[in-house]
Amino acid sequence: MSLTLFNVVLAVIIAISFVGLNAAYLVWCERKGAGLFQRRPGPMENGPWGLLQPPVDGVKLMTKQLLIPGGVDKAIFMVAPVLAMFPALISFVTIPFSENIVAHPIDVGVLMIFAFAALGGMSLLVAGWGSRNKYSMISSVRAVSQTVAYEIPLMITTITVVMISGSLNLGDIVQTQLGGFWHWNIWPLQKQVGFNLLMPFSFLILFVCSVAETNRAPFDLGEAESELVAGFHTEYSSMGFGLFFMGEYANIVIGACLTVILFLGGWACPVGDLGFFPFTHHVGWFLLKIYLIIFVFIWIRWTFPRTTIYGLLNLSWKYLIPISLFNLLLTAGLLKVF
Amino acid sequence: MTEPITLQQDETFVLNVGPQHPATHGVLRVKMTMDGEYIYNAETVLGYIHRMHEKMAENRTYPQYMPNMGRLDYLSAMSFNHGYALVVERACNIEVPERAEYIRVITVELNRIASHLVWLGAYVLDLGGFTPLMYCFDDREQILDLLEAVTGSRLTYCYFRFGGLYNDIDDDFITGTRAFITHFRKELKMYAKLVTGNVILMKRLKGHGPVDQNMCQRYGATGPVARGSGINYDVRRNEPYSVYPDFDFEVPVFTEGDSYARYLVRMEEMEQSLRIIEQALDKLPDGPINPKKKPKLIKPPPGDYFAAVETARGNFGIRMVSDGGKNAYRMKLRSPTYSNMHLFDEACRGMLIADALAFMGSLDLVIPEMDR
Repeated sequence: MSLTLFNVVLAVIIAISFVGLNAAYLVWCERKGAGLFQRRPGPMENGPWGLLQPPVDGVKLMTKQLLIPGGVDKAIFMVAPVLAMFPALISFVTIPFSENIVAHPIDVGVLMIFAFAALGGMSLLVAGWGSRNKYSMISSVRAVSQTVAYEIPLMITTITVVMISGSLNLGDIVQTQLGGFWHWNIWPLQKQVGFNLLMPFSFLILFVCSVAETNRAPFDLGEAESELVAGFHTEYSSMGFGLFFMGEYANIVIGACLTVILFLGGWACPVGDLGFFPFTHHVGWFLLKIYLIIFVFIWIRWTFPRTTIYGLLNLSWKYLIPISLFNLLLTAGLLKVF
Repeated sequence: MTEPITLQQDETFVLNVGPQHPATHGVLRVKMTMDGEYIYNAETVLGYIHRMHEKMAENRTYPQYMPNMGRLDYLSAMSFNHGYALVVERACNIEVPERAEYIRVITVELNRIASHLVWLGAYVLDLGGFTPLMYCFDDREQILDLLEAVTGSRLTYCYFRFGGLYNDIDDDFITGTRAFITHFRKELKMYAKLVTGNVILMKRLKGHGPVDQNMCQRYGATGPVARGSGINYDVRRNEPYSVYPDFDFEVPVFTEGDSYARYLVRMEEMEQSLRIIEQALDKLPDGPINPKKKPKLIKPPPGDYFAAVETARGNFGIRMVSDGGKNAYRMKLRSPTYSNMHLFDEACRGMLIADALAFMGSLDLVIPEMDR
């Protein structure tokens, strides 16, 4: 028992550093990526290729004054950024980076991630409510309806995968996909369910939902800067804003991890055990896959204009939910047949 | 999504969009009475950067007033130069040499493209797409470099003189402009592919922000806003001035009246401006750029004079009343976005705030020109 506790504490420390480093350098990657798509170099001033930009930004954020506007509900105002960061950190405890690198393999890992993701949605509501700003309020109401609308197809799609794997444990879900990319859940052909044509669509739905869940462009309606100034974090300065920022990037990493684990085989080598590579099952494959997914996130953000809130909700309720429900039924039927 | 709504007044709240807000691109304030995210009523509040340009005309001599023209519409300052030069030339009967007229047209049209490029970038930014802004400013930079070489300034031009110009263009300018035209034709194709055809963009613009012909006429809207609603009117063609009748160009008109129509009008106008510049460069005559005979002191005879030009945003009219003195008795500036803006209050009722701000962007507002 004490060993488990030690493991968890160690894992949280590692998770914090992993998330912190990731958030800082994902901002750098994001800005470099934006530069790539906009024919400009991006940050170049601090260090070689601007590599020292994240620590410098961090110092700036930490040394700025934390302004609390007059008349806000102080407790709520202060707790919101922590609420944005904390669930994302906790979620890392159950994510298997490879067969052995996992802090605490929980048998209901999938459920836990969703539970904490929902808590993350609450932080937006609390931030908007506590800020005493009309723009923040509109933004948080939007963010909550968006989170609710996109959690449903996300969960239904995940249930489909869970049914195929027969486990809620993220490690076990990866275990069923080992042995080459043709075993991954993204393909229609599965050994458990025979032929399910809807699986690639499920992957797309999951991907779209994780973009929407993390409030990323083109679904960044919570912080639509041309309409709502900066949305729910309009009134936040210094590390209050910094925590929201880190929370956003931590959520992106979680979203990418979930996508990779559920559909892209987790830490599995794409060509299986054919002996081309010395590392068939390795944390490197996992990291490679999540960073590819994150690159696609960045690519989408700097390419598309923003949708509107009704377009977003229509997409979820009218298309994504029916399709994922139908896929759930189909998969259940196929599982019965095979 | 723009159904009219009925509600109790006490369920609304007031949202101040501006005077500092990312979507208003300046110090414009719109007081919106909101019902949730729907706009129940909107009221435009102007005057945050009113600088009394009209009054300044009464205290300055005619040449001294020329720099003011670069400070009204900072994006298409050249057209405003043109309008003022025209009205004084009409009043004093000053002949403009042929070469000067052609150079005027070339610079004005280059400036029009630069202005539309800023609009395109800023508009897609309003819709949440950041990247096109960089591409547009990249292209605009080339125009600014060209114009800087001949006019000496990059934004607030004071290039026109009564009867002529400040500076002649050189061969570098001509080759540079020709190179820009070939380059920009390619860029326009890219914009059409990447921006105009984007699904999200079309969904957000098509059918949103409807402005009909009647509303345009009531508010006196001109320029791309009117042409996007099916009013076939362009000062360059309907009330020709300068050497515009010499050129073969089309006036793009769309009848839909939505944001997408206004978007397409401006995209098409950039292509037409390229055509005009090309023809003007081909026909460019030799000769002086300033008239041989020009009065030392500009003192228009007493009377009432008017001139209008087509700026990037619409009809800029300038009415000058002279009492025969060194400065004008009254100078009335009729700027296009002042009229175009006032559509907004009526047209945005019942819209969602996101659509309303997309609609506001499609009107292409320049606040210093509105407030004067």
